[in-house]
Amino acid sequence: MYTHATGAFHATWLLVALPLVGAAISLIGGKRLDKVGHIVGTAAALASFVVAVVLFFSLKSKAGIGRQQDDHLFSWVPVNGFKVDASLLLDQLSSVFTLLITGVGSLIHIYSIGYMEHDAGRRRFFGYLNLFLASMLLLVLADGYLLLYVGWEGVGLASYLLIAFWYDRPSAATAAKKAFIMNRVGDVGLSLAIMMMFATLGTTSFSGVFGAAAHLNHAQVTGIGLLLLLGACGKSGQFPLQTWLPDAMEGPTPVSALIHAATMVTAGVYLIARSSPIFDLSQDARTGVTLVGCITLLYGCLCGTSYDDIKKVLAYSTVSQIGYMFLAVGLGPAGYAIGIMHLLAHGFFKAGLFLGAGSVMHGMGDRVDMRTYGGLAKVMPYTYVTFLLGYLAIIGFPGLSGFFTKDKIIEASFDKGGTSGYIYGIAALLGAGLTAFYMTRLMCMTFWGKRRWEPTDHPHDPPKSMVGPMVLLAFGSVFAGGLFVLGGSLQHWLEPVVGKSVEEGAHTISPGVLTALTLVVVAGGVGSAWLYFGRRSIPRLAPVAVSPFTFAARRALLADALNETVIATPGTWLMRAATWADSRGIDHAVNGIAAGVGGLSGRLRRVQTGFVRSYALSIVGGTALTLLLLLVIRAG
Amino acid sequence: MDNGLLVLGLIPLVGALFVAILGATNASDETAKRTAFGISLIELVVTIVICAKFHATGQVFQSTTSVKWISQFGVHFSLGADGIALVLIALTSVLTPVVLLASWHDASGGRRSVATFFALVLSLQALLVGVFSATDVFLFYVFFEAMLIPMYFLIGSYGGPQRQYAAVKFLLYSLFGGLLMLAAVIGLYVVARNQGHATFDFATLTTLHISKTTQDWLFLGFATAFAVKAPLVPFHTWLPDAGAEAPTGGAVLLVGVLDKVGTFGFLRYCIPLFPDASKTFAPWILGLAVAGILYGALVAIGQRDMKRLVSYTSVAHFGFIALGIFAMTSQGGAGAVLYMVNHGLATGALFLAVGIIVGRTGNRDVNAYGGLAKVAPLLAGAFFISGLASLALPGTNSFVSEFLTLLGTFTRYRIASILATVGIILAALYVLWAYQRVAQGPVRGLSEKVKDLSTREVWVMAPVLALVVVLGVYPKPLLDVITPSVNRTLQQVHRTDPAPTASAGDVGAPASLPDYAPGTSPFLPGGDGRTPHLDVAIGAFK
Repeated sequence: MYTHATGAFHATWLLVALPLVGAAISLIGGKRLDKVGHIVGTAAALASFVVAVVLFFSLKSKAGIGRQQDDHLFSWVPVNGFKVDASLLLDQLSSVFTLLITGVGSLIHIYSIGYMEHDAGRRRFFGYLNLFLASMLLLVLADGYLLLYVGWEGVGLASYLLIAFWYDRPSAATAAKKAFIMNRVGDVGLSLAIMMMFATLGTTSFSGVFGAAAHLNHAQVTGIGLLLLLGACGKSGQFPLQTWLPDAMEGPTPVSALIHAATMVTAGVYLIARSSPIFDLSQDARTGVTLVGCITLLYGCLCGTSYDDIKKVLAYSTVSQIGYMFLAVGLGPAGYAIGIMHLLAHGFFKAGLFLGAGSVMHGMGDRVDMRTYGGLAKVMPYTYVTFLLGYLAIIGFPGLSGFFTKDKIIEASFDKGGTSGYIYGIAALLGAGLTAFYMTRLMCMTFWGKRRWEPTDHPHDPPKSMVGPMVLLAFGSVFAGGLFVLGGSLQHWLEPVVGKSVEEGAHTISPGVLTALTLVVVAGGVGSAWLYFGRRSIPRLAPVAVSPFTFAARRALLADALNETVIATPGTWLMRAATWADSRGIDHAVNGIAAGVGGLSGRLRRVQTGFVRSYALSIVGGTALTLLLLLVIRAG
Repeated sequence: MDNGLLVLGLIPLVGALFVAILGATNASDETAKRTAFGISLIELVVTIVICAKFHATGQVFQSTTSVKWISQFGVHFSLGADGIALVLIALTSVLTPVVLLASWHDASGGRRSVATFFALVLSLQALLVGVFSATDVFLFYVFFEAMLIPMYFLIGSYGGPQRQYAAVKFLLYSLFGGLLMLAAVIGLYVVARNQGHATFDFATLTTLHISKTTQDWLFLGFATAFAVKAPLVPFHTWLPDAGAEAPTGGAVLLVGVLDKVGTFGFLRYCIPLFPDASKTFAPWILGLAVAGILYGALVAIGQRDMKRLVSYTSVAHFGFIALGIFAMTSQGGAGAVLYMVNHGLATGALFLAVGIIVGRTGNRDVNAYGGLAKVAPLLAGAFFISGLASLALPGTNSFVSEFLTLLGTFTRYRIASILATVGIILAALYVLWAYQRVAQGPVRGLSEKVKDLSTREVWVMAPVLALVVVLGVYPKPLLDVITPSVNRTLQQVHRTDPAPTASAGDVGAPASLPDYAPGTSPFLPGGDGRTPHLDVAIGAFK
């Protein structure tokens, strides 16, 4: 089904190997390399980016099936009918991802050189970042589900290590563990999906599964689709597995930008788009995806309105934006490419926003409480301008990235038709207004309004090595969306992988009207936030007497409390009961039996070497008895 | 008959005697230790030679030896290795030098001499080679019982505060299982003799036609012994005591290798000797396996004693292995055998790392530590990587084997596999929570006193962790050796892998998934209703 890689495409493995070697050098090299670890790491990321660019253009120069190059490395797990190879697939979809991962990845490596300059663990940090790049590239380049799973858990490991980078903080260690475990809940889904593919189709490679998917019956294909969705929800922080993502902000800010905004958390969207031949076959599975997307996008927006922690707001924004992507890819052929476009555009503007937030924290003594910011626009001009562009991009200001891609999602949702189309469309539209609201609130509290700083604060723009990546990402925030959407260029490029997007169909609401409507809603969001937060002064301490909504929204709409009550507490009791039963119940029962039979239990503790002699004797005796028995049997 | 395995068994046996004599003379402890270590390295080289000579698709048993032993009863001293035995012998040969090096200073506080400790480890190795390579059921039984003796002394003479209790408990449990097996061995001989084969030869015994009832009883005799050894819930309560009280090196060999005799026995003896009984009892054992996976993990989460915690994780891991074996699919079987090797390395590494931490302070309580990663980064790193292998992270060796057992089970016993898969969440919890309490957070408690790995300890951990990664990336050499042997075993019991259920003929067929008819047990063979040819096959056996 895919072309066997030749020529330059034989070098696809370098994409994964370069950062992997970088990670190995930094992590195994130890303290000796403290002075060069960040250089090794950044060089590895840049080298991988160069390879990605070369391969992308090589791929572009090919035509048709030549744009799907399968580079076979070695046979990985061969057991009779189950044959899994380590092979990398460079095609239209994965090549776009390699550019995003290595491109944004390299920028964030460069930014981190300055950001982590005074951290004693900088070498380790770059080692983990490299490990992340390698795993993420493996995830998108795998040519089958089992190898994808290796990258999938690999990024989970890197995410764990980086959230817990400041592991001496108990909150960071707890957040990292939470992230890993909630991801594992999703991984159960992905594992079972892979097993079901093998049980039904006898293969787990993309070409094998997609080629034969038509033979699956409806229940099978829906089952596989929903299990994949469970995996995607874990990795992408979607409802009901979303609560780990905001906690993951315990990690250093560049990590939040790269892993928990631009790349890793969008892996769920990739998984669904990649599995489009499966989702195409099941409306039920697609409905599951769109529902998850709608619930999460509204949930993220609502939580985003009430937090005062700048990184938490951006984290809920990520949760919400990925909800948009899920909504898009859940729409089927109409939405796969649109979802991927929003993913790429989001990669630029959200990474830029996080780097901007990092820059603000850098200047404000590492505080994250926006109530102590205010009026930073004048003192941090570069940060302000780049952040402003990111802000305009995410709220969908006409002409910027988010405008093009989010507009497409709203349009496609309405175009789905029927009641569900209206529900999705209105949810997406509402989300756009809420996004404008919480992002404007963030701008008001951080860059605009009165200064509410600590007396010791001396906010300033960061050094050039950090400003550079912010500027480049701001360019992306401005132009990426238009570049992808205008002329349908990205949609055409992705068509061979995710199918032709049906745009020619009848529009529920004409695109012009819808765009105008969206802009009105967005303006409403911006305006009301300005009225609430821009014109009024913001108290330095969060008000205590608040509406029930704000109370709940400040606590993630009580999602953690719910998990605590429904899962954690009963789980803890179960664990305690099992532990108690094991030491008191089963063991005592066995000892009790022993005591009952021969009164051994009491003596056990006292027996000394004499017992062993008697055991040796009993073995001899037993053997003699055996021989005697055998003799009798033989004679008889 | 090139006697390769005989040589492999004699090297450590003679070596053990030699080291013991050194200990009895005036030679220094250092000489005894170096001698023992050297012998274990020679053993490793010879093992590599034997592995290189092995042809996966050749004779069933290779590197054989066979001499008459007790001719009145047809007992032979016969050795031979198939792929399954070979990889386990190789595991033993890899772990023994590691264990010796790890125990360099551990034996000096024991109740017996340092030389005796090293001699005991070597003699245990010799007996392990014997137990894996015996192709005579009586000889297997002899090795099965004999290997308890050196382990008893290792625990009872060099272990922790409760060593006597733990050692005797270990011995009594094993003795109980062993007696049942002895009865079954005799019973098997009687059956064979009545059919005109007065022999204990394994290959001959697999050709017998044994009545179903007799099979059931004989199966239970063997299976109980193996269920105690490998431990399946509820036969497991000796393991946490033995694992916690044994000296680190002893714990590695106990949980890493010796317990594998149980799972090895299920696959090598129970299934081929008693195929019909195996099918009857498979659902029950799968039930115990799933219970072990979930229950073992839950109890592991609840432990505060680090060594008991690792022991309980092994109860969960043995559940995965038993699951793979009794699913009776080639993926499940190959995954189970691979898991036996991988678990030896992964849990071995975890025991070593925990043992080093505990060895520094003498305290096994996880809550007595904190922030170890800051004080001893290499030690914490080794602990972490071992933990990742234990939770079967892709990229480590355990992942391949764990996934194969689950996959192999899924194709036949869907619900069992789904329940077992939930175990991967619990595994993450017990590993990461233990790591968090010991190594993360501010430096506190006993952590302050913990020194980082010494050069010797680096050489202990590094080879094992390297194998953990290498076998995760490239398990093919092992699978190529294991799979043909597993296939042969399954052919003996006429089990073929379920065919993929969606085929071209299925298009448009009514929904059949999830398709458990009410009242049918998901644990029962063919209970998934989509493999009618299997029902026929089972019916034929009934």
